[in-house]
Amino acid sequence: MDASRAALSRTTRPTRSGNRMEPWIERAVRLAGLSAIFIVALIFIFLIRLSLPALTRIPLSAFGDLRWYPIEERFGLVSLVVGSLLVTAVAVGIAVPLGLVTAIYLGEIAPPWLGDILKPLIEILAGIPSIVLGFVGWVALAPLVQRLGAPTGLTAFTGGLILAYMALPTIISIAEDAIDAVPKSYRDGSLALGATRWQTIYRVVLPAARSGIVTAVMLGIGRAVGETMAVMMVTGNAAHVPRGTSMLFQPVRTMTATIAAEMGEVARGGTHYHVLFLIGALLFLITFAINSVAARLVGRRRTGEGGG
Amino acid sequence: MSAAELVGMSGSMPESVGSSDGAADDLILVQDFSFYYGAFRALENLNLTVRDREVTALIGPSGCGKSTFLRAINRMNDTIRGVRYEGDIRVAGQSIYQADTDVADLRQRVGMVFQRPNPFPQSIFDNVAYGPRVLGLAGDKADVSERTRLALSQVGLWEELGDRLDRPALALSPGQQQRLCIARTLATEPRIILMDEPCSALDPVATLAIEGLMRRLAERYCIVVVTHNMQQAARVSDRTGFFWLGRLVEFGPTNDIFTLPQEKLTEDYITGRRG
Ligand SMILES: Nc1ncnc2c1ncn2[C@@H]1O[C@H](COP(=O)(O)OP(=O)(O)OP(=O)(O)O)[C@@H](O)[C@H]1O
Ligand SMILES: [Mg+2]
Repeated sequence: MDASRAALSRTTRPTRSGNRMEPWIERAVRLAGLSAIFIVALIFIFLIRLSLPALTRIPLSAFGDLRWYPIEERFGLVSLVVGSLLVTAVAVGIAVPLGLVTAIYLGEIAPPWLGDILKPLIEILAGIPSIVLGFVGWVALAPLVQRLGAPTGLTAFTGGLILAYMALPTIISIAEDAIDAVPKSYRDGSLALGATRWQTIYRVVLPAARSGIVTAVMLGIGRAVGETMAVMMVTGNAAHVPRGTSMLFQPVRTMTATIAAEMGEVARGGTHYHVLFLIGALLFLITFAINSVAARLVGRRRTGEGGG
Repeated sequence: MSAAELVGMSGSMPESVGSSDGAADDLILVQDFSFYYGAFRALENLNLTVRDREVTALIGPSGCGKSTFLRAINRMNDTIRGVRYEGDIRVAGQSIYQADTDVADLRQRVGMVFQRPNPFPQSIFDNVAYGPRVLGLAGDKADVSERTRLALSQVGLWEELGDRLDRPALALSPGQQQRLCIARTLATEPRIILMDEPCSALDPVATLAIEGLMRRLAERYCIVVVTHNMQQAARVSDRTGFFWLGRLVEFGPTNDIFTLPQEKLTEDYITGRRG
């Protein structure tokens, strides 16, 4: 640390020794970047290695089993995947529209003083530990959901609500930054043509902020997919495949919750142990896929700004 | 006082300045107009008449209120907090500062071109089609295309870019971007076009193109242009107004202003001794 700080301060003076430091600084930066990639690759290799035994010991078709009873060597992943999907879908369905509308309100409509109060508050929300939110959901939210007519308050819907709440600050802050970054001259151009404020927001500001908004949504979803503790507390943790019209109001178990709940009790090296790692690898792939899609969407916007 | 009385469609208004040419209509009527940013008075008791089918140039040193005045005519100043006005501005006989004024409708009739070209980050076509689509002027898709083609032809971009309308507008040169912004305004069928230093971000060739365009547009529109360039004002305008510290010091036919200014301030400014 000290050495690098000394190096930096030296380069701020336009001396010859500063010039001599330049290649070293470049090397240091490159090393830092490469090691980040290296670490991610390492984690992935580790996950694959530890999940491979599961794939060799169990036939692939067994993962299609509807039941997850590790004690009976039944490792059906369907209920876990469906549980994750349901909870995430609820979270995204609530958090994305609500987050975007809030961001639009903060960026375009709210008077500046209100924004100055609300924005820090929202950042504080983002800092609440998920276990605390889980607790609140368990104590306060679950009884409410039960009153809606569900057999229990601990359901996919409850988990989705808590996750939506956790994803909201991310979506709001990043989307609001993106809206803020749209030059005033675009708004003026639209208003001066006779467009209303809402038309201007909808047809000029939001399209111009699109790449940032997509990033906001994807990071929000990423947070929802990967979250564990809060979800574990409020979804009921029943590893069965929810069915029918009331599927949202049945207990489910997510992939993350399964890993967190069972990792402590499995025998190291057993089949169950390796299947948990397989679930981890699956989660990694899903998150990776979401990020790739986001990068594609953002990238396309940057290069071909024309579009339709 | 009725609107018809005030606008006097024949141009026989007592307020009209320089009575030599009675054929042009008085389109914008400014009466005792003052404008404040908070406590700061940016415009002081303006009185003038702007005619249809003419180019009116506004000149004056930086900070004298030219842009503020321009933005008062299409009420773009409304987007700034804490502003206040006194007096009145009438466009085509109607006061534009009434409680029931439809500001969006006003801005459609009074277009504006900005100092820096500000096309939307969309395709060339979508930029021009924006107004007709949003304002609901166009009937169907073919109508939108036709209006877009017409507007682009008027600024000479149809010939240059007709086959590349799906390209991003931001990839155009600054001069083309500015002409695109003018086309975007024309597509909303305005009566009046306000231009705030439309050439200050452009090179000399692009500047000449815009100046020629202004002259041609003046056959059909009322054009008010703010400029820091004396030659430009002299080349392009029929009438010139000289602003100084928020006041309109002198206003009249461009020839008179540049050859025999009545006020010492005006003379000093246009000969470069002040400003
Ligand atoms: N949004 C604003 N808030 C407060 N004061 C402002 C604002 N805009 C302009 N002013 C002030 O009003 C006065 C007139 O400004 P304006 O922009 O109309 O001048 P201008 O003649 O267009 O100048 P320039 O030639 O530099 O464009 C200036 O003193 C300026 O500082
Ligand atoms: Mg100005």
